[in-house]
Amino acid sequence: MDIASEHQQFRAQQLTRRAFLGHTSRGLGALALGSLIDPALHAATSGSAPDQWKGVISPAHFPPTAKRVIWLTMAGGPSHLETFDPKPKLREMHDQPMPESVTKGKQIAQLQGQKLKCFGPQLEFKKFGQNGTEICELFPELGSVIDEICLIRSMTTEAINHDPAHMFMNTGTIIAGRPSMGSWVSYGLGSEAENLPGFVVLTSNGKGGQNQPIAARQWHSGFLPSRFQGVHLRGKGDPVLYLTSPNGVSRAAQGDVVEAVNTINRATNQIVEDPEIATRIAQYEMAFQMQGSVPELMDTAGEPEHVFDLYGCKAGDGSFAANCLLARRLAERGVRFIQLYHKDWDHHGGVKEGITYKAAEVDRASAALIKDLKQRDMLKDTLVVWGGEFGRTPMSQGGSGRDHHIAGFTMWAAGGGIKGGVVHGATDEFGYSAVEDVVEVHDLHATMLRLLGIDHKRLTYRFQGRDFRLTDVRGEVVKKILA
Amino acid sequence: MVRWRGSVGTRRFRGERRASTQLRNAARFVGAAACAIFRRVKSPAFLLTFAIGTGWALAEEPLPAKIEFNRDVRPILSDTCFKCHGFDPKHREAGRRFDTREGALAENDGVRAIVPGDLKASEAHLRLRSTDRDEQMPPRKSGKTLTARQKAILDKWIEQGAEYQEHWAYIKPTRPAVPEVRDSGQPVRNPIDAFVQARLAERGLKPSPQADAQTLVRRVNFDLVGLPPKPEEIDALANTGTPDAYEAAVAKLLASPHYGERMAVPWLDIVRFADTIGYHSDNARNVWPYRDYVIRAFNENKRFDQFTIEQLAGDLLPKSTQEQKVGSAFNRLLLSTEEGGAQAKDYESRMLTDRVRAVGTVWLGHTIGCAQCHDHKYDPVTTRDFYAMGAFFADIKEASIGKREDGMLVVPPAQEAQLAKLDGGIVEAKKQLTTVTPQLDAAQQQWEADVRLFEATLPELRKDAKAAEVDKTAARKAQDALKKEPKDRNAKDKDAIRDYFRSKATALFRKEIDGVTVAQRERDAFYNPLPKCLVSVSDKPRTVRILPRGNWMDESGEVVQPALLHFLPQPKFEDGRKLTRLDLAQWLVARDNPLTARVFVNRLWKQFFGVGLSKVLDDVGTQGEPPVNPALLDWLAVEFMDSGWDVKHMVRLIVTSHTYRQVSTASKELLARDPENRELARQSRFRLDAELVRDNALSIAGLLVPKIGGPSVKPYQPAGYWENLNFPAREWQNDTNENQWRRGLYTWWQRSYLQPSMVAFDAPSREESCAERVRSNIPQQALALLNDPTYVEAARAFAARIVKEGGRDTAERIAWAYHQALGRAPRADELQVTMTLFGKHLALYAGDGAAAEQLIKTGQAPQTADVNASELAAWTNVARVILNLHETITRS
Repeated sequence: MDIASEHQQFRAQQLTRRAFLGHTSRGLGALALGSLIDPALHAATSGSAPDQWKGVISPAHFPPTAKRVIWLTMAGGPSHLETFDPKPKLREMHDQPMPESVTKGKQIAQLQGQKLKCFGPQLEFKKFGQNGTEICELFPELGSVIDEICLIRSMTTEAINHDPAHMFMNTGTIIAGRPSMGSWVSYGLGSEAENLPGFVVLTSNGKGGQNQPIAARQWHSGFLPSRFQGVHLRGKGDPVLYLTSPNGVSRAAQGDVVEAVNTINRATNQIVEDPEIATRIAQYEMAFQMQGSVPELMDTAGEPEHVFDLYGCKAGDGSFAANCLLARRLAERGVRFIQLYHKDWDHHGGVKEGITYKAAEVDRASAALIKDLKQRDMLKDTLVVWGGEFGRTPMSQGGSGRDHHIAGFTMWAAGGGIKGGVVHGATDEFGYSAVEDVVEVHDLHATMLRLLGIDHKRLTYRFQGRDFRLTDVRGEVVKKILA
Repeated sequence: MVRWRGSVGTRRFRGERRASTQLRNAARFVGAAACAIFRRVKSPAFLLTFAIGTGWALAEEPLPAKIEFNRDVRPILSDTCFKCHGFDPKHREAGRRFDTREGALAENDGVRAIVPGDLKASEAHLRLRSTDRDEQMPPRKSGKTLTARQKAILDKWIEQGAEYQEHWAYIKPTRPAVPEVRDSGQPVRNPIDAFVQARLAERGLKPSPQADAQTLVRRVNFDLVGLPPKPEEIDALANTGTPDAYEAAVAKLLASPHYGERMAVPWLDIVRFADTIGYHSDNARNVWPYRDYVIRAFNENKRFDQFTIEQLAGDLLPKSTQEQKVGSAFNRLLLSTEEGGAQAKDYESRMLTDRVRAVGTVWLGHTIGCAQCHDHKYDPVTTRDFYAMGAFFADIKEASIGKREDGMLVVPPAQEAQLAKLDGGIVEAKKQLTTVTPQLDAAQQQWEADVRLFEATLPELRKDAKAAEVDKTAARKAQDALKKEPKDRNAKDKDAIRDYFRSKATALFRKEIDGVTVAQRERDAFYNPLPKCLVSVSDKPRTVRILPRGNWMDESGEVVQPALLHFLPQPKFEDGRKLTRLDLAQWLVARDNPLTARVFVNRLWKQFFGVGLSKVLDDVGTQGEPPVNPALLDWLAVEFMDSGWDVKHMVRLIVTSHTYRQVSTASKELLARDPENRELARQSRFRLDAELVRDNALSIAGLLVPKIGGPSVKPYQPAGYWENLNFPAREWQNDTNENQWRRGLYTWWQRSYLQPSMVAFDAPSREESCAERVRSNIPQQALALLNDPTYVEAARAFAARIVKEGGRDTAERIAWAYHQALGRAPRADELQVTMTLFGKHLALYAGDGAAAEQLIKTGQAPQTADVNASELAAWTNVARVILNLHETITRS
């Protein structure tokens, strides 16, 4: 919370570096700024170190199997009943009243006070992989990598409306203003990325559902220091806000300005000795480097054609597939937590058409990400998670759609120490309630942290007199799905 | 809520948990003895300095001669024991509690945890030293351990009789005697200095001398009005020999209308003031008049007790004024939703908890919110307290879900009269129309029959029609409705037909028909732009129940009535009278309430020193931090109440103290001993708040529009930043008039997507009460200051000033620029770097006129026509350097 402690770490790192390694210099490198600066002054005042956060979890609580996370958020709430959770019984019961025993005492969203009728799966399922795992036939590409995937068919959550449900999935609480999981992970482990933020967010739209809003609080650092907040890489305009130099200012001229600022700040620091200044210098260097590295990251034009074929996108087309490709590039560059939001999964009506659109948008791309990571030998230490903020009701809404549903739904995970080719947990025969090996959101968080080498009970932050955790007071590691 | 320690094996503080790997290794290396130092100075940097052997000798700090429960023992018990042996009876292990002396001394199953004066007989002593897994305390699974020093403190405390003290914050503050200070070497200007310097003497520290005029004037300007001083103001203080010149400068600032703006910033954070509802669609609501109310209140120096009462219960005051009602908008600042499928009971519960958390933070400095699901683990707040507090707000008229109402008109009486007149006009016009309605309806029937008979297409829908889209739509609706059999038409169809007929198809009674439209239009034209504000309106109270484990679906809990926190002093009320928000507000500012004054002056202290006397601003409960200088905090709290809750008096006291006026630089020794400046042997330096970073740049540039108050404004924001907002989709429209250059606190506060430069500099989203902003130092700040058009435009405007007002030659101009921005002359190295940059970029832009033109056209401010483009562009980059300097955005 307080910057003073951040300084202290920075200062401590500096002191240590000086004590043990002697002075290091890391200026703006290749830039031709020599003419601007008195070399003597530069030498005298240089020595700012990269302000890289190493994380509070060191050494790891457990041997980590995952180094990074790519979380594919299917925003809006995908129907598990048309994707990953086949329910023949529900098909049989189509159009018949949902037994009251199934729904009694359960939270209901838009169907409040309405007649609850069973709504059979609208799409066909097919067996894939060595274990003959049944998933919707519109997801053949994911079917082709199903042996890498662990389907969790017994997810539950606590919030039934989009905004609070996203908050719960991201922060483990429905109170706004708490840190999101990417922030927690960055805080705990730091980042391996040199010139990029440790927690990056990408968003994409699709068609066929309701384009539900996503608030920036979903990737906010809450009470953790701001440096841990997710940085939204945008498809249009500046990929990072204010990334581009002003009109009429070339990269070299911008470099001159930054170096002048840093030179003066260094000299000031000689006089007043304020660790804030050293941090400021490092941040200006980081910002300037980001001005180069982010466009390089975003420019996928250099990727070979077969890669675009694999994902099914064109360079920079802003699609979910293009974002999956960017996610892989971010992972390669050491970014710790990469979260994609793909929207329009909110199928209150037309769930059949909706899922058909969605499958076309995400099946190939999600599978491509797994294949691509695998062929680069990165799947073994990259945890990929796929799922929405909740599932959909087995009851119909308006005759063609499904309402929000929290008592049971499916997510999947792959890589990073997850056991592949398995199905974990189950819902009842209607697909209503998770009844076997129930996995709460806190459990999922605990498991993710465990894969990253963190005991979820020991990643804490003191705020308002209490040690807060991502998993609040709950969370059990789902050991059955660990490889 | 299990609480765990980290891997260091010592009690960890906020700062400590961020210690680097090297640091932790160092900590492990020096072992347990270092923990005492850790505990005392809370400084990893210091520890490290020590650990790598650069001069500080390690000495175990001796235990205090007399152990004091609140200072020495309570923090240990609270952090390690209360969770399982504390207030919450549901989670009390073995029936043992340590939060009360009776509990600690009680005999349970023949075991006495603490026997005063007899260590050997005290089970607690043995358990703390046990290595048996089944016996040892704290248990292994808690993840907590005590340091040797902490154990020694507990032992000594038991030996000395195990006396308890009431928690410091619950003891009614009394005015402590002002200590006498001798030979501190620095002046004692008022009691603040006496308290501070007396403590410094105890710690073997010395106060610092007064800062120079430049630093001091700049500091006090940022702190009191949030704007940089004019160079003349600095010179005036530097050159005036009169002893009260500084006091005079302070008086002037306190009288400035910008004082209220500056004071409003932290207040708006803590009350979570924002222009939008927060959840989901995050649509707009009308609350900005409340911001004006806050600014006015500080400017007029409204008594803080009155300020409190108006915000919680302004609407309940006898013959309440419009002003007081606007104050009561405080109760409406919570989050709300318009999301489809949201359930009223769910949000009714959220709103209750939201309000209770806010009151807890703003006035009581307590995390009452923890008691939503269970009795508080650390403080004596029960679940009943929580819901009974919520019940105070059950009378506030408010939809649980859906769009907020327009709110109360906030206008002078003359405008209200004018509105009433216009409303009357509509009534009158409608009356006129009613008199001719039978004839109109008859004509309409005839027309309908004709249309159906001839299957006529309405004129607007004919192929060659040149009607406006809105008219076509109206016609289409009417045509569709006309196609239906009359018996099949619903109300909308009937309206569509009638509206169409009356507006387009008939020439009858034009005067009467148009009269209504005109009257309505006139009224709307007058009404729509009028200021409105959501305010508190008392209604039939909702039923409030204790929700078991906070679950809103569980209606089995007991119904509760409004009641005050049971563990604080209670006023006497007539039997059976139902308490109201007014009772709550008056209790908050009652002389007996030990919390409110302390909590407020502690936050005030933070504004002027960067850190509170008790560091945890939002929690003065047992998990907070006992104040560093308890006597000073109490003196300030009592002085505040005795002065008649006079905020300006307190501010003046603080900023005229010597403590405030000290230099902010420190010797290495002082930095090492007190890195966070808790002892106040110097001033602190910290980055300006987000709003002030903006205000400062615009002010230096000469662009700032100093208008006070009014609706929120929209400075530049990157296009597409709201792409993920929906219902409806929106695009931010930059203000194109003078509102582009208003102060930061007027920026449109969109909770889910706050203006990104504000976010970069840690402005909070204001979804929850924020008592203390994060103060980070991140690359986004560099990107914003370098590239946000706000700052580039400011730089080019500043550049134009430099050329026109700064003198003739380059060095002279640079010196002038430094004076404007920092109130001082440039150092030789600064002059050299800036001159070199100017020379290089002058050549650059002379060779690239197009680039120069582009740069100097940034933003909407008028162009500077009479300066050479390449020269202005080069100066713009010099100005960018100055605006980006650490010193420029730092108050020191």
